[in-house]
Amino acid sequence: MTKQIKLAAHFPGVNNTTVWSDPASGSQIDFASFEHLARTAERGKFDFLFLAEGLRLREHAGKILDSDVVGRPNTTTVLAALSAVTTHLGLAGTLSSTFNEPYEVARQVASIDHLSGGRAAWNVVTSPDAFTGQNFRRGGFLKREDRYARAEEFLATVRELWDSWAPGTLVGDKENGVFARDPGRFVHSGPQFDIAGEFTLPRTPQGQPIVIQAGDSDEGREFAAKTADVIFSRHGTLEDGQAFYHDVKRRLAAYGRDHGELLIMPAATFVLGDTDAEAEENAREIRLQQVRPATAIQFLEQVWSRDLSDYDVDGPLPEVDPDPDAEPLTWGRVRHEKDPLETARRWRAVAEEKKLSIRELVIEATARQQFVGTPSTVAATIDEYVQSDAADGFVLVPHLTPGGLDEFVEKVVPHLQERGVFRTEYAGPTLREQLF
Amino acid sequence: MVSAQLHLGVAIDGAGYHPAAWRISAVEPAALFTAGHYLRYAKLAEAASLDFVTLDDSLALQPGGEGVVRGRLDALLTLSAIAPVTSRIGLVPTVTTTHTEPFHVSTSVATLDYASRGRAGVLAVPSLTAAEAAHFARRPAPSPEDGDAETAEVLEVSTRLWDSWEDDAIVRDAATGRFIDRDKLHYVDFEGRFFSVKGPSITPRPPQGHPVTAVYGDSPHARAADVVVTRADHLDAVRATAARHPGAKVLATVSIVLAETEQGARDRQRELDALMPFEPAGLSFTGTPAQLAAELPRWAAETGVAGFHLRPAVLPDDLDLLAGEVVPALRAAGAFRSGYAGTTLREHLGLGVAVNQYQGA
Ligand SMILES: Cc1cc2nc3c(=O)[nH]c(=O)nc-3n(C[C@H](O)[C@H](O)[C@H](O)COP(=O)(O)O)c2cc1C
Repeated sequence: MTKQIKLAAHFPGVNNTTVWSDPASGSQIDFASFEHLARTAERGKFDFLFLAEGLRLREHAGKILDSDVVGRPNTTTVLAALSAVTTHLGLAGTLSSTFNEPYEVARQVASIDHLSGGRAAWNVVTSPDAFTGQNFRRGGFLKREDRYARAEEFLATVRELWDSWAPGTLVGDKENGVFARDPGRFVHSGPQFDIAGEFTLPRTPQGQPIVIQAGDSDEGREFAAKTADVIFSRHGTLEDGQAFYHDVKRRLAAYGRDHGELLIMPAATFVLGDTDAEAEENAREIRLQQVRPATAIQFLEQVWSRDLSDYDVDGPLPEVDPDPDAEPLTWGRVRHEKDPLETARRWRAVAEEKKLSIRELVIEATARQQFVGTPSTVAATIDEYVQSDAADGFVLVPHLTPGGLDEFVEKVVPHLQERGVFRTEYAGPTLREQLF
Repeated sequence: MVSAQLHLGVAIDGAGYHPAAWRISAVEPAALFTAGHYLRYAKLAEAASLDFVTLDDSLALQPGGEGVVRGRLDALLTLSAIAPVTSRIGLVPTVTTTHTEPFHVSTSVATLDYASRGRAGVLAVPSLTAAEAAHFARRPAPSPEDGDAETAEVLEVSTRLWDSWEDDAIVRDAATGRFIDRDKLHYVDFEGRFFSVKGPSITPRPPQGHPVTAVYGDSPHARAADVVVTRADHLDAVRATAARHPGAKVLATVSIVLAETEQGARDRQRELDALMPFEPAGLSFTGTPAQLAAELPRWAAETGVAGFHLRPAVLPDDLDLLAGEVVPALRAAGAFRSGYAGTTLREHLGLGVAVNQYQGA
């Protein structure tokens, strides 16, 4: 059966996939930028707009990292504002289960669901990070191994609150003066949260807003299989994507869930050209701008946990090994390399085989799935990836803010629609209706 | 002599301040949980060029049983949802300060300021009830004194976080590969009695520099914010509050029931109170639009307040009369400006440019 492709637009937050030095690159913070991307995504009939979250500015070698795009608005606030300038686009925000409390998250996401007429989604992330904790009353209170215990009970509690106004609670009988009968009563008693009272919001248009998960460990995947609607992953390439897809979907049965109840949407970028060769050339130039010399060295230092500023980015990888016992040099970035010595060995092998400089190696190592080619090639490749179960769709990260999605919507979406694998009209007013 | 120009804010909560308002109003109860309901009132207030609208909030259900409106949307998110589709009206949500993280308070108000292009304010209110505390169960409800003191800390750290990026911190210098000039970002290193925050903010300094900060001035502990709203119920007490906060714009709360005739207004008041007896906080007014337009400048002159926080009894009825009749009458008397002079809430309130405490530090 031909699968229908899901598409989301990532507002490029704080990262080195953005090309901020391009003259066409606009503000990362002005509301007009968010409005532009949201309207473009909606014009393209995308499922949702996606915002990441970081609650402390990154530091490198004791100083605020100044080479990547920095600065972002508050997640729920900008999504609520976007609800006013869109009508069908889903609005997905990342909110940490560590630096928030269930009552507030439930209220904020439910408020956005009401304000948008049923288009809210929450990406549950876990941040076991004392560095970020310095900005919060809570501090860095959570041990890494406890992060999913809290996340899981956090989400379960939030869902209890979303369900707390039983059908018919909001009576609205003006004649007899009954506004609501017994609204929002809840009691949650568990190891993480022991709370009770009344929730302030009626059941939302979606009833249960969409839940997204974005953690990659075994516990993270299990959590998603048990309870999420969508996984946002990094596994976008064909083989890696297929392996991840099968691993996660396989876990569903244990929870009595169907294959179709959890959608896998990896991050991906795209570069277009009039010919495939031109697109390749564009892609090469974009990567060089994204991975500037300073960025390349910083990235390497992040794995090596050493000062490598004396190395030539156009020369070979350092002969010295990473320091496995050192404090990390970079704070505030999700660490994906769990064993630095092993990573260094692997990278040296790749660099030697392909004759890569430091900068070229970093360009390769930090690459996400990239769809490069003419609009019809890109459409065909995305379709192929989805039909061969590397994904159910993609979260596209444009390299230009806010206009980077425009050409995708104008040129690639029509090809996908012609292939019959992407909607030409929204299915209904809610995000749940687009996704399932 | 031309009387001083008043500042006017208006509350757009629920179906009106009176607990029986929802039964009289033509508005459907379910509409209270939609953005359109609040947008309509914000547009009415904007058409009359009022300074701002407020939306109340709390982390618990409103008390009062099944006869009153219970349940509400997050106030800051609701005003965010009307920010892009209004252009001049100031937007002042209540934001709670006890259980809510100060860092989130600061970035969410800054973001409202971005979404409204400089029209954000915040009415900072502690959560003093046991019901709210039980929704978090991390700490008991604070005493009123501690709640106010903590609110002052939250506003202090918010302002520091807003200032933690100098206005020209983003340099986008391709030659050196620097997106920001890190020397123009500042740790706030706040260590208070109730919490500490490292900083800097994740959100660059908002358009107004400092969105307008407001507190209720009932308590002597209330920190002098930009705006102090007093809910004192007689003019002497209002005057005392205004005298206590010489550095702030003090606004007195007035709950209003209006009708074309005095008798008509009294009848409406009686009709509401018969459904549910109610004593509103602050000053009360029942009468005609012309009478209110005469009363407000007199009260301001007598007490020294900069203006009023008006609370219509029933929405949209009393707001319609306020915007359609009271405001024109005030204008005719020279007591209210004829339109917006600027685009930001600070400009509406005559607050001047916010100075960055870290600039050049
Ligand atoms: C694709 C992806 C996106 C993520 N986005 C965020 C984010 O926006 N904010 C955040 O704090 N953490 C983010 N995370 C981090 C995860 O929530 C989690 O903390 C981290 O992956 C460690 O958990 P794990 O060991 O299960 O992977 C992301 C992770 C992945 C894989």
